[in-house]
Amino acid sequence: MAWTRQILRVNLTEGTCIAEPLNMDWANQYLGQRGLATRYLVDEIDPKCDALGPDNKMIMATGPLTGTMASTGGRYSVITKSPLTGGVACSNSGGFFGAELKSAGWDMIIFEGSSPRPVYLNIENESASLEDASDLWGKSCWETDEVLHAKHQDPQMRVACVGRSAEAGCLFSAIVNDLHRAAGRSGVGTVMASKNLKAVSVRGTLGVGNIKDPARFMESIAAGKKVLAENAVTGEGLPALGTQVLMNVINEVGAMPTRNMQEVQFEGAHKISGEAMLEPRASDGKPNLTRNGGCFACTISCGRISTVDREHFSVKEKPQYWGNSGGLEYEAAWALGSDTGVDDLDALTYVNFICNEDGMDPITFGATVAAAMELFEAGVITTANTGGVELKFGSAEALCWAVEQSAVSEGFGADLNLGSRRLCEKYGRPEMSMTVKGQEFPAYDPRGIQGMGLAYATSNRGACHLRGYTVSSEILGVPEKTDPLATEGKAGLVKAFQDATAAVDSAGLCIFTTFAWSLDDISPQIDSACDGDWSPERLVEVGERIWQLERDFNMKAGLTGADDTLPERLLKDAAKSGPAKGKVCELGSMLPEYYQLRGWTTDGSLTAETRSKFGLPA
Amino acid sequence: MQKSLNIDPGKCTGCLQCEMACSLENEGVFNTSKSRIKVFTFHEEGKFVPYTCTQCDEAWCMHACPVDAIVVNSVTGSKDVIADLCVGCKVCTIACPFGTVNYNADSGKVVKCDLCGGDPQCVSACPTNAITYVDANATGLDKMRQWAEKTDNTVGG
Repeated sequence: MAWTRQILRVNLTEGTCIAEPLNMDWANQYLGQRGLATRYLVDEIDPKCDALGPDNKMIMATGPLTGTMASTGGRYSVITKSPLTGGVACSNSGGFFGAELKSAGWDMIIFEGSSPRPVYLNIENESASLEDASDLWGKSCWETDEVLHAKHQDPQMRVACVGRSAEAGCLFSAIVNDLHRAAGRSGVGTVMASKNLKAVSVRGTLGVGNIKDPARFMESIAAGKKVLAENAVTGEGLPALGTQVLMNVINEVGAMPTRNMQEVQFEGAHKISGEAMLEPRASDGKPNLTRNGGCFACTISCGRISTVDREHFSVKEKPQYWGNSGGLEYEAAWALGSDTGVDDLDALTYVNFICNEDGMDPITFGATVAAAMELFEAGVITTANTGGVELKFGSAEALCWAVEQSAVSEGFGADLNLGSRRLCEKYGRPEMSMTVKGQEFPAYDPRGIQGMGLAYATSNRGACHLRGYTVSSEILGVPEKTDPLATEGKAGLVKAFQDATAAVDSAGLCIFTTFAWSLDDISPQIDSACDGDWSPERLVEVGERIWQLERDFNMKAGLTGADDTLPERLLKDAAKSGPAKGKVCELGSMLPEYYQLRGWTTDGSLTAETRSKFGLPA
Repeated sequence: MQKSLNIDPGKCTGCLQCEMACSLENEGVFNTSKSRIKVFTFHEEGKFVPYTCTQCDEAWCMHACPVDAIVVNSVTGSKDVIADLCVGCKVCTIACPFGTVNYNADSGKVVKCDLCGGDPQCVSACPTNAITYVDANATGLDKMRQWAEKTDNTVGG
């Protein structure tokens, strides 16, 4: 129970939408969302297929708690093969779309094939149909959302769609739902557009019932909400400052990647921090932050609702950007700001708006601009490439120009849309790309937080903070404090975070709850809702099974243990300042132990014994 | 003492916990589309506003009902729909100036907020106290307190 037990299979080549029962054997092994959809993907595609070809499939999946009153229970994930990394892509989003899909009666949608013409999928409960989207093609995410709401005359409909960047093949395009929430990473939007699928619009009025033990469920989720409310991070820090609560903290510990990760502290951090977003502006006396906003069922509400100063050069002549929209999260503020050396809060907010409007992952976009800036300052890229723009670190004008080019893939935007690995390779300087498996780093420098180095190197979707966030332990002391500069014990720490995260990502809940919740808090919520036994131990087992399954897919797709590494810059160039001064990331002293704990060979392959232990498919 | 729902939109984060609590209480499922309280998002303005029946004294819905299916709850003061009497004519939905009485096509009856018989579930579910259930004669107390706090009572001030 809690699952609807129905999945929708959409064949875009044939134009068919067919309901089929959920494979409950797999649900019992993989729970839902991330894990369960990966099990379907592994079963249905050739791992070596072209990620942007018709043989790839794309799955939008909810978890068993999606659409319920469990705090943060509104998540969905997009699972597919990534065009950026060549491995598994799994991007998680909040907002309201996931809960609406569940309320329409669907656990997941599997998209297969490729449509001969632009289409969108419209779902009204059990009825699903592919509709002509020729009038939507060439429109931004924001316009698409508006046109679909007007066309269907239903303000309560929820829309997930791709923007113009994805249509043009940008390799880091997101799927944007509810205007400013995104399944952001690994190019899942690029895959969607490659299938000529512009949008999915959903209206669900069936609701989510089927709770195994409703009374115990309500007790469990009430207890969970109380823990979130009383925790300093989820009850105070995140509502007040959003994830941007981290900007000054991470800068102080010397783990703030700066100017394409050449440095580990940014002198302008305080100007782009969560605290800075509360400061009244000189022009109109209003702060950048209007208020916080919550995703479906979320009792934390870390979301930022912001405006750009109307007098700022980026929007002065553009009244369409004068209103409120999704503001800066820490990752966006870091990638667009610290990594490019830009400390102009309004510029970053504007660029973040455009990333939402046309569906680009602001982490990869910002980090790719940072790489381009380093190429420019090294004289590899010149104004001949940029059409005269001085693409220098610290230039807010260049950053704003870059996002406008990238959004529509014009001029140098087409180069940026390759992502930093392909961009740096194209210009003959691959060492300047700050990526793992082709995906750009998030906002924690592994020279200052050693465990994150191992987490990045072994992440199944390339560099990412959301596969194993040991920052919790190494910096924030959750569940217990470990030394961020030590490597001892980090292999076990990374594995524990990776496994627990995979379970949470498969439940329909937000990973941010784990600042306060352990699996002991989460387990009763799942166990009282779903058939079967979902003890904390079982969740760890499911999480590890998911991790092994993703790894297995990646290995079959052609990745190897040699890809479990970091750019030389992080392994050889020491941090220049802060508590980590003089340190490199000592990945080599953590990786062998990690392989051993995972039950892999010394070259990172799954052993037959490990495969059998977790019941992985052949 | 009669109580009223008191809504402070400034505290609302748009999470819809209230809508789910409402639908669970009244329909037995988590289903925001069946909620009697609705949260409206004004994206450009950066506003979330919960809205539901104010339980008018001279309720238009009640006076308009041709079969007397809407009655005053003597305990809570709410205007309750007697489902057995309602014929689904929808006249009340037209009469209500605020749009807070709506037709439920599944049941063929109208639905509106009945304060959950005096224990409104939206109030318990709201994580930010944007919805409270307070003395009906003092719904302005919070605002009065806010203004009172601004009073400068320093000597000679």
